[in-house]
Amino acid sequence: MPGTLPEPFAIWFAARGWAARPHQLAMLAAAEAGENVLLIAPTGGGKTLAGFLPSLVALATPREKPRLHTLYVSPLKALATDIARNLTAPVTQMGLPIRIETRTGDTPADRRKRQRENPPDMLLTTPESLALLLSLEDAPAMFAALACVIVDEVHALAGTKRGDQLALCLARLATLAPAARRVGLSATIAHRAPLLAYIACGAAARLIEVAESAPPQISMMLPEQKIAWSGRMGLASASAVMKRIRAAGMTIVFVNTRAQAELLFQELWRLNEETLPIALHHGSLDIAQRRRVEAAMAEGALRAVVATSSLDLGIDWGGVDQVIQVGAPKGTARLLQRVGRANHRMDEPSLAVLVPANRFEVLECEAAISGVAARELDGDAPGPGGLDVLAQHLLLMASCRPYLPDDMFDEVRRAAPYAALSRQDFDDALRFVEDGGYALSHYERWRKLFRDSQGMIHVANARVARQARMNIGTIVEMPLLKVRIAGRGGMALGEVEESFANGLREGDTFMFAGRLLVFLRIREITLECAEGGTGTPAVPAYGGTRMSLTTNLAARVRAMLHDPARWKTLPDQVREWLAMQAERSELPAPDGLLVEIFPREQKWYLVAYGFEGRNAHQTLGMLLTRRMERFGYAPLGFVATEYVIGVWSANEPLDIDGLFNHDLLGEDLELWMAETSMLRRTFRNVAVISGLVERHHPGAEKNRRQVTVNTDLIYNVLRKHQPDHVLLRATWADARGGLTDLGRLNQMLDRAHGRIRVQRLDRVSPLAVPVLLDIGRESVRTPADEDSLLLETEELVAEALGTVAMAPPKRRAPRLAGAR
Amino acid sequence: MTAVFHFGGEMLQLDPAGALVWPAARVLVVADLHLEKGSAAARGGQLVPPWDSRVTLERLTLLLRRYAPRTVVALGDSFHDDKGASRLSPTDAATLHRMTSAVDFIWVKGNHDPGPPQGVGGTAVAEWISARLCFRHQAATGATGEISGHFHPKARVVTRAGEVVRPCFMADGRKIMLPAFGAYTGGLDVRAAAIASHFPRGGRVFLLGAQRLFSFPV
Repeated sequence: MPGTLPEPFAIWFAARGWAARPHQLAMLAAAEAGENVLLIAPTGGGKTLAGFLPSLVALATPREKPRLHTLYVSPLKALATDIARNLTAPVTQMGLPIRIETRTGDTPADRRKRQRENPPDMLLTTPESLALLLSLEDAPAMFAALACVIVDEVHALAGTKRGDQLALCLARLATLAPAARRVGLSATIAHRAPLLAYIACGAAARLIEVAESAPPQISMMLPEQKIAWSGRMGLASASAVMKRIRAAGMTIVFVNTRAQAELLFQELWRLNEETLPIALHHGSLDIAQRRRVEAAMAEGALRAVVATSSLDLGIDWGGVDQVIQVGAPKGTARLLQRVGRANHRMDEPSLAVLVPANRFEVLECEAAISGVAARELDGDAPGPGGLDVLAQHLLLMASCRPYLPDDMFDEVRRAAPYAALSRQDFDDALRFVEDGGYALSHYERWRKLFRDSQGMIHVANARVARQARMNIGTIVEMPLLKVRIAGRGGMALGEVEESFANGLREGDTFMFAGRLLVFLRIREITLECAEGGTGTPAVPAYGGTRMSLTTNLAARVRAMLHDPARWKTLPDQVREWLAMQAERSELPAPDGLLVEIFPREQKWYLVAYGFEGRNAHQTLGMLLTRRMERFGYAPLGFVATEYVIGVWSANEPLDIDGLFNHDLLGEDLELWMAETSMLRRTFRNVAVISGLVERHHPGAEKNRRQVTVNTDLIYNVLRKHQPDHVLLRATWADARGGLTDLGRLNQMLDRAHGRIRVQRLDRVSPLAVPVLLDIGRESVRTPADEDSLLLETEELVAEALGTVAMAPPKRRAPRLAGAR
Repeated sequence: MTAVFHFGGEMLQLDPAGALVWPAARVLVVADLHLEKGSAAARGGQLVPPWDSRVTLERLTLLLRRYAPRTVVALGDSFHDDKGASRLSPTDAATLHRMTSAVDFIWVKGNHDPGPPQGVGGTAVAEWISARLCFRHQAATGATGEISGHFHPKARVVTRAGEVVRPCFMADGRKIMLPAFGAYTGGLDVRAAAIASHFPRGGRVFLLGAQRLFSFPV
């Protein structure tokens, strides 16, 4: 193993008093051997420099004809820009003849053109921009001399649709530039093998792993008063959090949702008598505002920032003294990632404080601390790649140059997420792109691809290729409205979901971007507001997938719960709560399933302690209520949390084993799921990503008369006439994994089989109190449910107004949305 | 279950499928079928499922069986574009032909289909007037006794568990606006100025449901 750096680098390192780290030298050795590498290192380990070092060394000697040598792909546009800046410094200082440029959606057209004609030595980009470059006709020439592809934050990409798209692009690059090495950079993760396969891309790859030298120091902080039974915001701990902020130099306060970020930010400022600089950072804020906050952090101008996962990734700011996580940690891997944000020096431990918002979260925090101490990582292994992403890719590749289906199939299967892709699925995806792939053949005239006499696939015409390029990407947003202060030059604050805006009336107060705002009006795609406002503000909530408690962490919580010997680290209030549960009912066992049934206010409640996360419990709730209906128990509603599912009914549930029988996941499931809004939402994403409907249409900005069809309507028609269509199969595959979490529900039913403990009680048990307090949060619906909601609302309105009244309903009465 | 609506001296029924029935005259009214919208989208590069005309015609067939009308009035935008009728599949064209031969089929012209549909039978008119009722595609300012389509009205209702959005009828004592009947037709919120300006004193919406309509004041 070579032990030193070449000349200019050795001098440059020495001038800074640095020594090359072993993994940086190992990366150089791997480059010399021409190996693909996955580098796993904790944050702060000099990972990025290690990734670029071999390319910098190789490019230190001037080349005859500069060609694109190294391609760097990052999940964040901002990261690409920051890295470009950070690399330019040493390159300039060492006087290296290396040109470094970025290429993202923001790159101006003239620079894009120049990059194609005269590529830089190093190009820093995102998965979407790479897909676009690969769809261009000159892609083979542009990438022919490529020597190295660096993929940053692989752990955050693998297993997502963006990761699927990037994997397909990596496979394409392997075809265009067979000699190019692939280098993956990843944080510490649970599943090494899939990530290694992701970088190997059909070949071999070496793993270089840097051990964490100093384990983080994580503690728990409880509110000064009582620990809440329920709630997820953790506002009761705001003053304790504020004390911690005052005592430290720079703090990141991580929370779980954007709404929580807004609320906690307001609460902290209420207590911020010294007006310490405390900022807010989340994914819906205006990008310019976010960049300002990041810049202020880098300069050390802030004392604290309240952030969501928007700060999970990104460059190292340094100077962060502590991380405070308010609310459930959800999983050890995510917690470690966040904790690693503090004190980015490998030799010193990171400091972190967990702030549970309720009693169950106390257990979860305790379990997470012991999970981190045991170095146990969690998170799901990445699943198979999406067929919708494949469809998008197949059209883009045809836009670059014609291909034979057999060759393309081989190429696609080299991408790790598609290694097990069946020929049938491939052919169906290709046919979908070609002519829709409908049983009723109808669209010969408008096919997007054609096959020549040799069987080569060509794009039908330049317009189809242009449309495909305009619609690249796998991130599908809910309909959003821009939020702007009214008046000339009013500041852009960010974006909220349209459905939130529709619920506001003129004069309503809402909280956004850390401000109290008054809603004025919606003008086209902009929500106009003014500063100020009184009364209880509304806080925008955002749809989309919320992270569930991981399986490993759930198992730790269950084990801890059942074993009083392990309660000694828990606060008194929580210990008493558990002891009371043991006395009045029983504690849920690590295996098996505890089900409690008790009457309350003329209803029967059934509470099952599944610990499988909110998504799985929500699915279980839907299925249980259907079955209870059939059993004659007359279910009235249910509520799902991360830990339990509670159902209430008019009649007493008797046959509990029958209710939880494994056949619960049979045809009931298919029937119910097909009708839910979850499946429609999933289909919408699939339809957009696959290119069935377009986000952007050439000329659409000028001429609004383009034909768009609502995806819900398409879903209804397709489901009726071709239920096995490739897009519906893709939809089901997504739904099974994400929103419904069927895998975990399955595990739970397996575990419960023959081991259901039923406790019939005369009143609510201590452990069931939180879920009863959560009642009213449920929102998963089918059209049938919607009808009953409409009926109920119609009756309420009629009662409030008298049936003949035509005047607008009074404030706070149920009303037509958008009334203003 | 239909909703009874007294209007222009006549008793009318609103059907939850989105059609209006005038029992005394044995007239069935639907608006904005947008037949062959799917193939219009395909022509523009979006290969959406091609069964939209079939679904729309099947729904219309059910209504014809239920109400056995003598006259069917389609309130314009019956085809998504002027060439739509020529793109109908042979099966769908035959279905439509059977319909137009069995009843008096009135094609009111719309902005999407200003020319009469070719080769599908029926009678094309600019607007259709009967008794004190006027059937036209797009509402005219100040008109009374008017039944129209065009805007694809839909309404949002805030319920206990969030917002529900449905296509709807919008009506007051002078105007009735029908929801779009086509399988691929979206909608415009009744609060939008384009619709609301025709109902200066408000009105009622009737949201479509599986079995019945849900009525709210606006």
